[in-house]
Amino acid sequence: MSLLVAEEVVKQYSNHLALDRLNMSVPNKSIYGLLGPNGAGKTTLLRIINQITAPDSGRVLLDGAKLGPHSLTKIGYLPEERGLYKKMKVGEQAIYLARLKGLSRHEAIRRLRYWFKKLEIIEWWDKKVEELSKGMQQKIQFVTTVLHEPELLIFDEPFSGFDPINARTLKEEILSLRDKGATIIFSTHNMESVEELCDHITLIDRARSILEGNIETIRNQWAGNEYIVRYSGDPEMKENALFNLLETRRENGYTDIRFNAKENMQVNDIIKEVISKGEMVSFNPALPSMNEIFIRVVEANKEQKSK
Amino acid sequence: MSKISTIINREYITRVRKKSFIIMTLLAPVLFAAMVFVPVLIMSNDDKDFKKIAVVEDGTDLFKDVLKDRADVTFEYLGDVDINTMKSTYAEAGYYGVLYISPVVVNVPEAVQLISTKQPPMELLQYIERSLEKKIEDEKLAGYNIENLDQIMKSIATDVRVQTIRIDDKGEAKETNTGIAMGLAYGGALIMYMIVLLFGVQVMRGVFEEKNNRIVEVIISSVKPFELMMGKIIGIALVGLTQFFVWILLTVAIVMVGKSMIMPENSTEIAQAMTQSVMQQGTANDQAAEIMASIPEEQQEFMKLFTSFMNVPWGLILISFLFYFVFGYLLYASIFAAVGSAVDSESDTQQFMFPIMLPIILGLFVAMGTMENPESSLSFWFSMIPFTSPIVMMARIPFDVPVWEVALSIAILAATFVGFVYIAGKIYRVGILMYGKKVTYKEMWKWIRY
Repeated sequence: MSLLVAEEVVKQYSNHLALDRLNMSVPNKSIYGLLGPNGAGKTTLLRIINQITAPDSGRVLLDGAKLGPHSLTKIGYLPEERGLYKKMKVGEQAIYLARLKGLSRHEAIRRLRYWFKKLEIIEWWDKKVEELSKGMQQKIQFVTTVLHEPELLIFDEPFSGFDPINARTLKEEILSLRDKGATIIFSTHNMESVEELCDHITLIDRARSILEGNIETIRNQWAGNEYIVRYSGDPEMKENALFNLLETRRENGYTDIRFNAKENMQVNDIIKEVISKGEMVSFNPALPSMNEIFIRVVEANKEQKSK
Repeated sequence: MSKISTIINREYITRVRKKSFIIMTLLAPVLFAAMVFVPVLIMSNDDKDFKKIAVVEDGTDLFKDVLKDRADVTFEYLGDVDINTMKSTYAEAGYYGVLYISPVVVNVPEAVQLISTKQPPMELLQYIERSLEKKIEDEKLAGYNIENLDQIMKSIATDVRVQTIRIDDKGEAKETNTGIAMGLAYGGALIMYMIVLLFGVQVMRGVFEEKNNRIVEVIISSVKPFELMMGKIIGIALVGLTQFFVWILLTVAIVMVGKSMIMPENSTEIAQAMTQSVMQQGTANDQAAEIMASIPEEQQEFMKLFTSFMNVPWGLILISFLFYFVFGYLLYASIFAAVGSAVDSESDTQQFMFPIMLPIILGLFVAMGTMENPESSLSFWFSMIPFTSPIVMMARIPFDVPVWEVALSIAILAATFVGFVYIAGKIYRVGILMYGKKVTYKEMWKWIRY
């Protein structure tokens, strides 16, 4: 079941094509990574979902219905380019933004107090925004994005400007929002957080979606025949008939080896071989990082286009 | 609709709460009131110190009790005393001066002297001259031994004063005062100019601020860009109207308080009487005439001025001011909003400010010319062109403009506003999300057609 579906979306600007027949399907109650190099068309797509701009053709469905004025309150959007009124007080401003999303004043205050306490920012209520640091402002923006409890949350680079502790808090909040039933679209260049958070991704490059799917499936597809094995102690490992040894590393009383399995070799045979050498701690297929996949896919696309 | 009112509310509240707004709103009426009173005070208050004047008459006692005391001057008739001793002692005796009347005064006009160390006010001299002339005339007339002289004199007493009465299409007459009309024309045009510019620029700043601190994308994910723009424009318009009404109320209050301090107690009756006498043209009732006669002439002048002031078509002026402010402001505010959305930095606004300022300043120039010649065709056309009409028409209205002209001009203005706010909305929608690009007119044209 998909909460958001984009079908054949096209957006042409006067001198370039921002989206070219783009398709995307965001499963309900998942965290969906929207990846892509700068200028690929991500922000345009997010703006179309938020009805800030309209597509030239194609359509976007939310909950099976075409986007319209009624969808605005079902979406919470934290844009990459975001700010607050500098001269306005924090509480007042948060109430204002909440009311624009259709909450009553009373309800807005009630929910804001809950969130402000939870994120330990309640004492800033009467401060002017210009007195706050950038990270503090980001927290307030996060709260105003989620306050009206939308079905679909869109975060564009939510962690920029956060220290590691606040970034962790934010990650936990995002995960708990997903667990409570929200669907989250998450656009970032930080591939580590994609691996950490996302269930599914779409990679957009040059106005088109070039990679889409479940993140585990994608990583396994790109995995090849590499494995990492960890032993306790320092047993001697050598090249053999089953695999080519790529790397051996020893630290803290452990030995890690990385190897490439030869063709048609069964994993079970390999495991038998490696446990004969010493006490095995772990055995893992070496999944490529999203960072690697990103670079390889985009580079390949570039070569293909230039041909 | 509730969202746009939320926006209007924010724009209004944040501005009205500012200290600068409160100070401006309270202080300006004091200045306006000063504009009304200072000339009046200068005119009527040149030398109000109490004076005592000794009257010395050489030989005769013809002028005893002729000079009546006034609020600010008393005359003490000393009769036939030695003028030379008086000359040296009057100051010690507490006199302001000595009025010396020689017996030859009946034939020689210069035979009266007012001796004083100070320069007596012109008005006091005229008072003395008039009083003496009257007495001499009476004496001369009496010499002819005409029977029933008093009655004859009463019946032939005549007073002629030219009053400017303008008659409008319906034949209704009004007493006018060109000076007051000029003042109002000047004031109206200038205030309109300032208000349109002041609040228009506030719209531009507001739009620019939202774009620049990047809050705009957050907001337009909740409301339509057009709603945000209109919310801002209307919110600031309400700030302007609030200021306008507070100004009028406070100015009226201050003028009323000031009037009761300057004018005699029965001033309202007098003002009524004067208005009546004007309205009934000639058939002035006796009561009115009586009240008129009971007050000194110098004050009558002031009262006249004040009455003309009250006879100004305030209703028409205020209502049309309101309309011209609302639509003139809306027109320029939508242009300013478009500019604010298109630029990236405050300095970039310069290239767009010039073409906006041009018609406004031109309007002000034409308005100034209008005061010299309110009926000229130049004034007429500029009071129809929507970009100049708010300013120019405000300068024309005090000189009586047919209502249809005002209505037509407001209608043109309103229609132009509708067209421009549509165009501005298109520029705004694209402009607020456009960063890091220097915008040209060509670019803007693309956005409009887009």
